[in-house]
Amino acid sequence: MSAADRFAALPRLLAADEDLLRRGRWLTVECRVDIGREPFFLSIRDGALAVLDRGARLMRSTAFSFRATDEAWTNYWKPMPDPGWHDLFALTKRGVASMEGDLRPLLQNLQYFKDLLALPRREVA
Amino acid sequence: MAPALEPMVGRYVRLEIDGVPHRIYFEEAGPGDEGGIPLVCLHTAGADNRQYRHLLADPEITKRFRVLAFDLPWHGKSTPPDGWERGEYRLTTQSYTAAIRAFCRALELDKPVVMGCSIGGRIVLNLAIAHAAEFRALIALEAADFQQPWYDTAWLHRPDVHGGEVCAALVSGLIAPQSPPVSRHETLWMYMQGGPGIFKGDLYFYRVDGDLREKVRTIDPRVCPLYLLTGEYDFSCTPEDTLRTAKQIPGVEVTIMKEVGHFPMSENPAQFRKYILPVLAKIS
Repeated sequence: MSAADRFAALPRLLAADEDLLRRGRWLTVECRVDIGREPFFLSIRDGALAVLDRGARLMRSTAFSFRATDEAWTNYWKPMPDPGWHDLFALTKRGVASMEGDLRPLLQNLQYFKDLLALPRREVA
Repeated sequence: MAPALEPMVGRYVRLEIDGVPHRIYFEEAGPGDEGGIPLVCLHTAGADNRQYRHLLADPEITKRFRVLAFDLPWHGKSTPPDGWERGEYRLTTQSYTAAIRAFCRALELDKPVVMGCSIGGRIVLNLAIAHAAEFRALIALEAADFQQPWYDTAWLHRPDVHGGEVCAALVSGLIAPQSPPVSRHETLWMYMQGGPGIFKGDLYFYRVDGDLREKVRTIDPRVCPLYLLTGEYDFSCTPEDTLRTAKQIPGVEVTIMKEVGHFPMSENPAQFRKYILPVLAKIS
């Protein structure tokens, strides 16, 4: 299964996580996550994933984006990630990920996003 | 049934730091009657002395050491000085060094050991540079002469982002994935409780004022033994940062700790114990 395929399971993984839904209940935002070269567009409503669109969308506007290489996501989603691959900021610091746009909703809900983007760790590769 | 009391005792001490009166909170535990080798513990940026509660409750350590962990001014239960509301808090090499020396003086500690983590580790390096003869030994956890910043500290103190939550969320990644969830979340809880702008003010020392590149070359561990210990999961102060620093200090002892991140004493006390007991045995 590719890294993008694993990420595509996000709606099911989030719907099954009541605690994460509770913690994200103040958040409504449009954002973009790139798994390698494949973009995903997330429409988050009150902490739940209302829509997850996979693949390019012309002129789709989002508040912010988080991009990382396939290698970065694959390592990040290991059941026990290696040092330097275990956190979103570890990835940006080593230069295999980046964040752009209006980062305010990301920083206002940072632990939610860290945990959201770590959900595919629960999915067998 | 007898109350399940823990062995540490907390008190306040009045002292002056650079001529300014302060009320400093500290906890201690030791062999009793103020005996034992004084071991002063310095918490990380934006946190407080509770990070050392497991050391304070470890009889293997407190039978030989008088462990003292204090809250820096503005942190934990140490009150900020009068008039704090009229200025922005900023920790500097000078003010941090002065606070540690004032605490040691006020408690009349005879050649204490000082152990600090993160900013506490960095200032321990400065103690080794500038005041080595005052100490019996120095232990720097998660320390280096310099570290590459990995986020913009402006996010730590602004009205549209909850300071406690963003501080905790940022540092959560510095905890090793193997650390027990209970200890992970206790460590983060302390970050959620910091005063507004305090973590940011501490990082002024870390990022702007406390660059010790080149200066660490002057450290002589023959004057005062120096031990460096860094967790393999710390991507803020990486093992490479610590090893680079150690290379410049002949005679320093350096250890890279497995399955530990940036907060060894609080994120995984049992794992940290394996590494710190041999160091303390050498000192005592």
